[in-house]
This record gives sequence, C-alpha cells and structure tokens, in this order.
Amino acid sequence: MANTQVIVGLGSCGIAAGAKKTYEKIRSLQEAENLTFDLKQTSCVGMCYREPLVEVIDETGSYLYGDIDENKAVEILDKHLGQHSPVKDYVVQTDLFETSDNDFLKNQVKVVLRNCGYMNPESIEEYETREGYKAIRKIANEKLEQTAIIQEILDSGLRGRGGAGFPTGMKWKFAYNNESDDKYIVCNADEGDPGAFMDRSVLEGDPHAVIEGMIIGAYATGANHGVIYCRAEYPLAIKRLNIALDQARKKGYLGNDIMGMKGFSFDLFVKEGAGAFVCGEETALMASIEGKRGMPTKRPPFPAESGLWKKPTNINNVETYANVPWIILNGAGAYNKYGTEKSKGTKVFALAGKINRSGLVEVPMGMTIHDVIFKLGGGIIGNKKFKAVQMGGPSGGCIPEYLSNTIVDYDSVNATGAIMGSGGMIVMDESTCMVDVAKFFIDFTQKESCGKCTFCRVGTKRMLEILNRITEGNGAEGDIEKLEELAYQIRDNSLCGLGQTAPNPVLTTIKYFRDEYEAHIRDKKCPSMVCKQLLTYTVDEEKCTGCMVCLKNCPVDAISGERKQPHVIDQESCIKCGLCYTKCKFDAIVLS
Amino acid sequence: MRIARIKPEIKTEDQEAVDLSLLNPLIEKYKNKKGNVIPLLQGAQEIYGFIPRQAFKKISDETGIKLSDIYGVATFYAQFRLSPVGKHIIKVCHGTACHVQNADTITDSLEDALKVKDGETTEDKLFTLESVACLGCCSLAPVMMIGDETYGKLTGSGAVKIVKDIRIKEKQKAEN
Repeated sequence: MANTQVIVGLGSCGIAAGAKKTYEKIRSLQEAENLTFDLKQTSCVGMCYREPLVEVIDETGSYLYGDIDENKAVEILDKHLGQHSPVKDYVVQTDLFETSDNDFLKNQVKVVLRNCGYMNPESIEEYETREGYKAIRKIANEKLEQTAIIQEILDSGLRGRGGAGFPTGMKWKFAYNNESDDKYIVCNADEGDPGAFMDRSVLEGDPHAVIEGMIIGAYATGANHGVIYCRAEYPLAIKRLNIALDQARKKGYLGNDIMGMKGFSFDLFVKEGAGAFVCGEETALMASIEGKRGMPTKRPPFPAESGLWKKPTNINNVETYANVPWIILNGAGAYNKYGTEKSKGTKVFALAGKINRSGLVEVPMGMTIHDVIFKLGGGIIGNKKFKAVQMGGPSGGCIPEYLSNTIVDYDSVNATGAIMGSGGMIVMDESTCMVDVAKFFIDFTQKESCGKCTFCRVGTKRMLEILNRITEGNGAEGDIEKLEELAYQIRDNSLCGLGQTAPNPVLTTIKYFRDEYEAHIRDKKCPSMVCKQLLTYTVDEEKCTGCMVCLKNCPVDAISGERKQPHVIDQESCIKCGLCYTKCKFDAIVLS
Repeated sequence: MRIARIKPEIKTEDQEAVDLSLLNPLIEKYKNKKGNVIPLLQGAQEIYGFIPRQAFKKISDETGIKLSDIYGVATFYAQFRLSPVGKHIIKVCHGTACHVQNADTITDSLEDALKVKDGETTEDKLFTLESVACLGCCSLAPVMMIGDETYGKLTGSGAVKIVKDIRIKEKQKAEN
C-alpha cells in the first residue's frame, strides 16, 4: 500500500501566509515521532485566501485543508494520520463530502493551471508523469512539420494572453516566414500590472509547462535562442525556472538535436528585469535584454522581422506558452470547444481587492464577470455593495456593477472601455472612491512613463495634477473636460501601449462614475469617504475616553480637552491629515 | 517601483570606502558579452548594496562601455541605487489591491515609527523604507517584504511590530 501523502503549498502567497512554518512543523514532527508518510511540497492551487494549504491524500481520497497554522498541523497529524479521522472542520475541498469551498474548483476549467498545486514544481519527473514533455515527444515521434504546428495553434484560436489578444499562430507564422541563421523566442514574464499575479503563479507552480511551450514555439518558428525576461521582484519564480532549465538540459529537452530531431538545437536562459513597468512592452523589453534603457521603439519593423539583436524574434507571454503543450497534445478542437466565437479557450484571472475568495481562477471565455466574482469569488467582503471591477491594470478601466453581465472575452471587455489585459480583476465596493482609483493609476503611469513621448511624459503629469486638486477639494468647473481632452491627446500621440492606454482608467471612471467627480468638484465631498481633504473629523463624545492620544499626535494642535473628558476638534485649524483617526483606539473619531 | 527614478547621490563615508577589487570576478565574467550592462550593475549592487561612484568608473574603464551609457541605464531602472541603503530594505507594496486595502496606512505608520520618509534610511542604518508597485501577493493585501520574507494582511501597528522585532534581534546580535 502506498504511503499517505502530506503536501504543503509553498508558493509565494503560501509562504507569506506562513506555510514554511507549517511545513517545518510537520517535518520536525515526522522526524521526532518517526511517522511514515511522504511529505511533499507543491505550489499555489489558486485558493490564496485559504493559505497555508495542506493536502492529505490517503487510501480514502484527497483532503485539502485550509488556513493551517502550526497548531492545526499538529492536530491534523494526530487525528487524520494517527487516528484515521479527518478533521472535517478544516477541510476546504474534497470529493468525499460537502465543504464550504468545493464549488470553487468545480466551476473552473484548468488548462493553463493544470499542474499548479498538483505537483512539485521542482521535480521534472512529476511533470513528466502528468503528461509533461509529451507534446514535444509527439512532435518528434510523428515528425510534425513546423507549418503543421503553426496551423494547429492557428486553429485553436489561441490569442496572446498578455493583454492585446493578437492571434498567437499568426505571430509564429510571421517569425517562421523570416529567414535568418539566428532567430529568438522570448517569454514576457515581466508581469508589471499591479493586481495581477497569474504569471507568477504559473512560473512558480509549473515552470516546465512554460519551457515546453517555448521549445515547441522555437521548433515551429525555427528559433535557436530563447530568453525568459522575468521580473526581479519574483525571486521564487526565477529560482524555480533555473532549477527547471537545468533539469530540462540534463534530460535532453534543451540542447542540440532535441529529442532526436536533427538540426533542432535550442537553449534558453532567464534574464532578470531591473524594475521598469514599460519593459512589459515588447520593443522596450528587447532593448532591456540588450542592456539598454528600456525605451520602446517604433513599429514597423515588427519583432518578427527585426527584433532582439536585429534578428527575427517571437514574443509571447507566460500564460500563452503554458497553453501550447496542452493544445498540441489534445488538439485544437479540444481547446476551441471552450470559449466564444472570437475568444477561444480559457483565461486565468487573479481575483483581489474587496472579494471574499481572492486567488487565482481559470474559467472558459464567455463566463460573465458577475459569475466570476460571485460564483467563484464568493462575493464581496462583509456583504457590502459591489461597485465596480477594475480589469487590465493601468491600461484598463473600471467596469461598473450594472455592466457585470458582460462576458469575459476580448471584444466584450474592450467594448466597455476596459481591456482584458493580463487578467487582473480588482473588485471594489462602495467604500472605494473612483476618483481616487483613477488618480492611483495615473500616478503609476506618470511615474512609469519612460519619457520618450511628450504627450505621455507631460500629459500624464498634468492629468495627475488635475486629479490631485480634485481630490483635495480644489477642483473647478471644466476639470472633467480638461481631463478628457488630455486623455485623447495622450492616447493618440504616444508611441507605445503604455501611453496609448494610460488614460483608460480616467476615461472609464468619468464615463461610469461622473457623479463622483462632480461631487468632489461641486460639493467638495467624497461620497465614499476616502479623500482625506474632503472629510470632516469630529469626536464622538460617547466613545471618547479622553485618553489624549489624538491630542498629542495632532500636528497642528487642533484638538483640545482635559484627561478623561471628551476632546474637541477645532475645524478652523484642522488640516485633515487623518492622524487622529488612525491613532484613536476607540473609534471615537467620526468621518463625515 | 514607484520611487523616484533619479535619486540624488549622497556623499558619505561609505561612498569613499569601497573595495573595488571585489568587482574583478564580475567584470571578468561579463566583459565582452553582449547585453552585459544590466548584469554588471546588478552584480555591483549585490556586492555593495548600492552602486558606488568609483564602481561606475572602474566598470567603464575595464569594459570600454561609455560611462554615460552605464549611468543612463542605472538611472532608468528602479532597481539601481546610487546611495548606500540600510541593512534591511522594507518594501511596502502599493499595488492596486494593496491600495484599496489601505496600503497608505502601512507606509504612514512605518514613517512615523522609523522617523524617516519614504525612500530614506534610518539613522542606525538598519532600515530603508521603500514603496514598490506590485509584489504579486494581492490576495494577502496589504503586503510588505523585508529581505526575502513577505508579510501579509498587515495593519499599521502590525507592520511596526514586525520592524521593531527585527530591530530588537539586531540589537541582541550586536551585543553578543
């Protein structure tokens, strides 16, 4: 009989939630008490909201335990492994009985995330037992032509998962058609959109799938060199990629005459980014690999003609490559049965913000945004009112609650003014101020603009200044129109995607939440009570204990009162810094 | 990432007292390789914690890459620092998810407790406080990272406590 397996999720999010401590606790107990079970590690299964996760697989089936700290781990070892009675209260997912979160995985279709959370990402053998490197074997055994592979990808309808949604097969065809002794294939793993962490999870959880996808892409396009450009902020992803690359080289998946295919030589390495959002743009990314400032250049020439080191280059994103082996193995027909007419397959979304189950989900294209948020995401924290969802990061926009029946596919999301982007969904409730959100994104793009195009460099700064004064209560009539005018100018006069899409967060919030802008400008009020300068701070006399903490912390001495007597805030001298509100332990400072 | 790109270079004793010979193996490794500027700078920063003025000159002299090109790259990317930093770098995430979950409070509390502004280093040179874009742990927002450790679901006082604990540990280490 096989040993019972105990598997701990050690992705970045798991580790941040304390999974390493849980793992160590289990390991030390196993050692101390000489327990016979196999202790393994895996990566993120997407249930980030339940981390640390521990899965126990015994002869009866699989039990996924959630929120497992050291104490709970001891309890599970004792009761489940020792006495064979699973601790049902902590089980979040199993096929054996009803649990609170069983529906989370049931409503998903896992193609890209097929291995994430189900295997040890640092073991090539485990990847191989899960059909890993079978696609490249199939190509070698069946002697598939390059054009046949490109056709298969074209037929699958796979579109670039980095955000723009360009058909992957077309890109490959362009690169294939350009003759050259040297060709490059690049993986864009510079996942810079704040609020998006799909690529990190795939790289950490299933690095071999990305590598295999790149090997297939290299074979199809005729590339002999490969680069994975990964954010330096993802140390664990880089570590696991390098482990995986070493293993793949040893097994002959990389190198000369791969899998016995004469003349197919290919190797790849990881290039660490150095912290510039604009490097997610393909021409800037290539400049950065070449060791230059990451400034975008004009297209044409497109990378397929003249890319990295002026050689034909194909660039796709992490998620796109991870789809490829599955498509080759299962056929285009199996892939394009999912999705809508123009957007085939599945899409991974990173759910975050004011949502109960934040984490990673993979759904077929065509599901409504509402279903993603409520069926999978479990709705809004504290049952507050759902206000909007931000999609596409700084290039995207906010989709309001009344449009939540929009389906997720490239064209439907674009029609709202947002974009699919790489798949971040930040959920906002009634306590989120939409003007503040717009300001947040413009602040981001303004800082990340490389400075090459005047409209992007100066225009975003002017937009930020206007948004700053609106949120500080100094907005004037005509500011909304000025924002719109600047937005169109920046959109039309910038070279790369960063500038062209930078105004989207402002344009969509003006379109759907114009009343909030007007409240800030005309009534000098922030309806969501976020913009500090527009709030009035008063003391709730019932709750105030007279502890004098706020009084001591007030930088302008606007608070007065005796010890153990309710304090008073002088509205004339108050500078609305909000310090008293954050310092008060008794919730006695009231915002209005 | 959301720190000002071109940070003023601060002249300190640390700037003067660097052992440039530490750079030799690095330069040897990357000399004459194409696309080597970023790895050279990353390597230099790994050694010193920042890129000292003299290191620029040495790299330029020995690789033949123009000083202006190297400086241009160093000031473009947020990763590179031209001034010494504290032993621990506190990266407070200000990505979208953290922003809507009040990441500002974390930075405010840490500024208050450490008596530094965003981007500055504490007097005892233990901590440098930084704001960064997304750390990719959005489901645990708000988040901060110190060294390789990520701390999630923070509150202002929780973040301050973590930093204070590190300071106590450092003190004990120094006393031993």
